[in-house]
Amino acid sequence: MRVFAGIDLGSTTTKAVILDEEGHVVGRGITNSRSNYDVACAVVRDEAFVRVRFSMISEGRTPSSALPRDSAAFAAPADEGVRHSDLETHFRLHQYLFNLDRLRASMHAASETSRHRAYVRDLGALLDHITDRMRERAYEHFAPNANRKSDFFRDLAASDYMHLASELADPKAISFETLCAMFDAAILVVENSIDAQSFERHMSAALASSNAPQSLRDVVERVCAIEIEEAGTVGTGYGRQRLPFPKEQIRSEILCHGLGAHAMFPRTRTVLDIGGQDTKAIQVDANGIVTSFQMNDRCAAGCGRYLGYIADEMNLALHELGPLAQQSRNHVKINSTCTVFAGAELRDRLALGQKREDILAGLHRAIILRAMSLLARSGGVEDEFTFTGGVARNAAAVAALRDLVRENYGERTLNISADSIYTGALGAALFARRAESRIAA
Amino acid sequence: MSDVQKEASMLLQKRLLSDHFDVLSHATEEGRKVVYTFVPGNLNELVRSFDLLPLLPEINALQSGMRKLSGNYITEAEKHGHSEDVCTYVKCDIGQLLKGNIGPTGKPLPKPDLLLLSYTGCFTFLKWFELLREQYDCPVAMLHVPYQSNGALDEHQRQYVIDQLHSEVIPKLEQVSGKKYDEDRLREMLRLSAIAEDDLVWVLESAKHTPSPIDAYFGGVYYVGPIFSAFRGTQSAVDYYALLRREIEERIAAGLGPVTPDGQLKEERYRLVVEGPPNWTSFRDFWRMFYDEGAVVVASTYTKVGGLYDTGFRHDPAHPLESLADYCLGCYTNLSLPARVDLLERYVREYNADGLLINSVKSCNSFSVGQLLMLREIEKRTGVPGAFIESDLVDPRYFSAANIKNRIESFLQMLDQRRAIA
Repeated sequence: MRVFAGIDLGSTTTKAVILDEEGHVVGRGITNSRSNYDVACAVVRDEAFVRVRFSMISEGRTPSSALPRDSAAFAAPADEGVRHSDLETHFRLHQYLFNLDRLRASMHAASETSRHRAYVRDLGALLDHITDRMRERAYEHFAPNANRKSDFFRDLAASDYMHLASELADPKAISFETLCAMFDAAILVVENSIDAQSFERHMSAALASSNAPQSLRDVVERVCAIEIEEAGTVGTGYGRQRLPFPKEQIRSEILCHGLGAHAMFPRTRTVLDIGGQDTKAIQVDANGIVTSFQMNDRCAAGCGRYLGYIADEMNLALHELGPLAQQSRNHVKINSTCTVFAGAELRDRLALGQKREDILAGLHRAIILRAMSLLARSGGVEDEFTFTGGVARNAAAVAALRDLVRENYGERTLNISADSIYTGALGAALFARRAESRIAA
Repeated sequence: MSDVQKEASMLLQKRLLSDHFDVLSHATEEGRKVVYTFVPGNLNELVRSFDLLPLLPEINALQSGMRKLSGNYITEAEKHGHSEDVCTYVKCDIGQLLKGNIGPTGKPLPKPDLLLLSYTGCFTFLKWFELLREQYDCPVAMLHVPYQSNGALDEHQRQYVIDQLHSEVIPKLEQVSGKKYDEDRLREMLRLSAIAEDDLVWVLESAKHTPSPIDAYFGGVYYVGPIFSAFRGTQSAVDYYALLRREIEERIAAGLGPVTPDGQLKEERYRLVVEGPPNWTSFRDFWRMFYDEGAVVVASTYTKVGGLYDTGFRHDPAHPLESLADYCLGCYTNLSLPARVDLLERYVREYNADGLLINSVKSCNSFSVGQLLMLREIEKRTGVPGAFIESDLVDPRYFSAANIKNRIESFLQMLDQRRAIA
């Protein structure tokens, strides 16, 4: 089976999308970019190819017609079919347990430095106890119909570990800070190592633990025997220069976002992408070809990080900001030119007794005002208008954008895909496929 | 820097410049008088006809930028109260002065005997020399050059400038030099100017060839160096441009593209027109972002700030003061926005460009105001796409390499994409 891969190395997360020869999405993956793009790239490809196998399993054959090519179907293969989703949950569990073992080993290694010599045995025992309990919890996370807050190992493991560490730490013996330091050192090691041959290993474990019927085992065996040939790969995003492939296989994220948005919503003419550290306003033609674009140049205020910073200042999780801001009833105007100043303004307004939700609504509007300026400079907002990037998942930001677009340009159809985070990677994969077809022609 | 390829003309230019700074460094002890003046609308022939030495603070600033000295100078100026938003040429110059006035070649610079403010289209120039007057307590001659608001030169504007040359500039030059105005000498220099200008225009227009034998922006700023700085009207400039022209004739004959700091450009893949000054602090990195991708700048407006010769203007020995007036009035930054749009449109068409790139410099209002409007208008008229990047002249803090590279790559890939569809 021939496939095409698109990899988007963003500042916050790295994404991969795999297309089959017909251009259908057959696999995708996402991971934290960390500081190591090589590893992020390897991890995310691995993850996406695991998904390809699962999507083949769900079809019981090569997935040439696995997914119709429209945005609604750009969904995780995990949502397809019942039997295979069980198998996939088991697969994820084994993957998680494997990483947990690596975490345990790395924490032990970290505990054996001279700093902790006096109490190394107690520390080791405590770490074992915590990871044993994390193991028990892992089965709950991956139970049928369990609702996981995140699919990132780091997020799940950190949440469990911190919870247990605060419960079991003793300020007079082994402190919470010491335990945190163990985790912080070890998680980097785990995240920066590549899980080679993971598919075969975790699959055989998953088949065993899920009591898969023979019919499914046959399908798995058949699918595992199919060779997946990566016929083309294109990389994009800030880390694209670090990708281990030649320059011809690298595209700017502006082109990839334009083409990706076009693939998701073919009537798109204007794309706004607000990512972690940049904002892009892109105009595309009927073929998804970029005709004009603007990006923030000197300053990254008005990007996703602005919200991240504000969340930190307010001691909130990033995903809590939007819902809180939506409870606002009063209009508050906030400076949008500097993230750090906005933080100062936030504290000042809190001190003046203004409501958190009103200030937050003002902050969301401030971000969108910056985006409006870029949109205007790129050529305005045409119909249809597609909003992508992490900030598109924030309902308060979307509401502010909707209002400001209506005020400035009139009614526009606003498209937001639940999978908008994959837009750049999808565009990259489409470029890979297009390059291949041009050579073939 | 040892791996940089240098042609004979580059070496000659380097020598001219370093000789000039040598002469300047000994000016005080040898009793020679020095006139500080600006590049756009400079009256080099007139100044030199009084045996006065021209010194151009903008050239010092950009040289300091290229030699990585400007960052410290700017910090020094900010310490003395100059805002972050002030033109960085000014701050670089003031900082250099505050740090002992050592020129870019490491030799001391003389104090001015006269500040000749010969162009006022840039309001900052006025403020700049006010600051220098404060420091040096020396006379100022101000030539007010009216803005070409209707896009063409009016007779009354020309007369207004000539009157000021008679009433203000020449008397002050006579006073400082102790010499009488010698029109014959001026005519001879203007004759030399016109010869060099002919060759310069030929060189810049050589970029109409495909492949272009020159880069008319990154290479172009070197090519305009002698004529924009202290050498217009000298035999040295005539020799330099004759040599340069011969080199480029050879390159055309051999079908070669421009020479970059990393050697001969292999393949011309994109032809661009660039509006706006370059960034000097990361000049080579900035250039590399273009030549690595095979992007060649075939025409630029920045190479017209010290004189717009490719629309036919030449200094004219038969009409010395009239032609100096016309020269001042016609400098690129003295043109109206519609006139600038017309010029850029002409460049896009005549040089068969694939794209227009604007490098917008925040601290330079005379260049930056209206640039986005210009971009849209040229896109509309020509159908050739434009892109917009932002950096600075000589403040190293305002060059974000990753962002700019990203923007340029995206733009070039966008041009590719459009070609693939066409």
